[in-house]
Amino acid sequence: MKKQKVFENFIHGIFLILGLITVGCVLLITIYLIVSGIPAIQKIGLWDFIFGKEWASTAKEPSYGILPFILTSVYGTAGAILIGVPIGFLTSVYLAKLAPAKIRMVVSGAVSLLAGIPSVVYGLVGMMVLVPSIRNLFHIPDGASLFAAIIVLAIMILPSIINVSITALEAVPKEYEDASLALGATPVETYFKVSVPAAKSGIAAAVVLGVGRAIGEAMAVMMVSGNAPNLPELFGSVRFLTTAVASEMSYSSGLQRQALFSIALVLFLFIMLINAALNFFLKRSKEE
Amino acid sequence: MVNGQLNTRRKIKIGLLRVACGICAIFTCFLTLFLLLYVLTKGIPNISWELLSTKPSYLSGKIGILPDILNTVYIIVATLVFVLPLGVGAAVYLTEYAKNKRIVAVIEYAAETLSGIPSIIYGLVGMLFFCQFLNMQTSLLAGALTLVIMNLPTVMRTTQESLKTVPQSYREGAFGLGAGKWRVIRTVVLPGCIDGVITGCILSVGRILGESAALLFTAGFAHALNGFFEGLGNAGATLTVSLYLYAKEQGEFGVAFAIAAILMVLTLLVNILAMLVGRWFKRRQKL
Repeated sequence: MKKQKVFENFIHGIFLILGLITVGCVLLITIYLIVSGIPAIQKIGLWDFIFGKEWASTAKEPSYGILPFILTSVYGTAGAILIGVPIGFLTSVYLAKLAPAKIRMVVSGAVSLLAGIPSVVYGLVGMMVLVPSIRNLFHIPDGASLFAAIIVLAIMILPSIINVSITALEAVPKEYEDASLALGATPVETYFKVSVPAAKSGIAAAVVLGVGRAIGEAMAVMMVSGNAPNLPELFGSVRFLTTAVASEMSYSSGLQRQALFSIALVLFLFIMLINAALNFFLKRSKEE
Repeated sequence: MVNGQLNTRRKIKIGLLRVACGICAIFTCFLTLFLLLYVLTKGIPNISWELLSTKPSYLSGKIGILPDILNTVYIIVATLVFVLPLGVGAAVYLTEYAKNKRIVAVIEYAAETLSGIPSIIYGLVGMLFFCQFLNMQTSLLAGALTLVIMNLPTVMRTTQESLKTVPQSYREGAFGLGAGKWRVIRTVVLPGCIDGVITGCILSVGRILGESAALLFTAGFAHALNGFFEGLGNAGATLTVSLYLYAKEQGEFGVAFAIAAILMVLTLLVNILAMLVGRWFKRRQKL
């Protein structure tokens, strides 16, 4: 009997360790990013690093200012949200409330395929279709630009926005809608004036999730944004926080390499903020 | 009668909203269709048996993607081998063992955090930890282990969901017959969560197929033809990474589109499989 108990405790211990592995991974990532990201910031100076307008890591007298990357990431994400959210939101209202069952099945199949397409494929299509069309349409020398990146990101965040919004809209109690219908509102009015406000926390969570996806995307953006470390211009070649890390990592060394880790740390801080916001909205939507 | 009372402005507003919703849904559909057809029409003509069955040769200047296909298979297998026990174990702990609510909250928060971290950061930490600290160098194994961390929350979540559907009475029955906790888990709980594990597998495979940023610095970009274990120890590009290399670095767009078409078909298959499996399990649960 005692042997049995020891054995059970042993098994319990193993499962406890397995359970704590996720916590260990988060700690591992956080600690590694902080430890490897801090030295360069110390050497460069926090102010010069964050607000420096010039990134010239391979110049004779290198300067490491990442303001261009931060602004590009912020503008790029904002642009993607501006385009992606209305489309995603309206699609989700259509799917959750208006669509007949068959159409709904087809469209949600399309949405989940959209979610599964690898980001390099988005990048490739962006490179071959979007970039040349932007060049011809706006008569600029190179179409690889912030604008191209915004469009690709807007498409890539669509599935997350649609899926999370649908879940939120479907969780709205039917009584709310019935009450509104009984008062003489038409179905469409009910969906927009009753269901959507009732699901607003969930929809906010969808938007925040989209922000997280957009700011963290690297490969697709790398293939369409031109990759020059300029301050952001809509039709200029730009570099994001993610692509700044990816594009120089393979040949970097010394302070340049450390600075790349610091960029990753800055990106990580952004993501942590976004995660906190996401959790806040998800929690509130559950309470509602 | 209601419609008769609506004034014109209200009618127009309702009509516009309805049309806007429809247009956006149609747009989403057409976008997907366009991506699918564009990639397939551009890619399929470039796929040949030679491309699929050889490795790149500097002598003839021809490109083959067999090593990339094999690397993708290796990395999927290696990742699943590690992530399944870890993810299922974590889920079993959360649903069967954990009594302390705080620990559960911490673990779930950690899992949520993990699923929000961008893959480029996984790649960076994977490079620092697996390749440098654990001295694995740039290798498929380091890439696979990085992907294990990435996919852990997915497997954990799907397993947890299906564990919740195992009726409490099954466990009580087994306990009542005198079985110990481990025996109950082994004989009652684990067989009951098989559908969650399979769903987690499919989702993970889809994610690994599409992953590139996390593999760039951990698995590297070699195109060498290796066996499974030899391959794990060496650097190798998966299909996505080599798509990126051929398109961005070498300008070989034909090969890039061929790979994109293959990836597209595989993604489609993974999606259909996930849907079928989901439906099948739902039906089985109802019985």
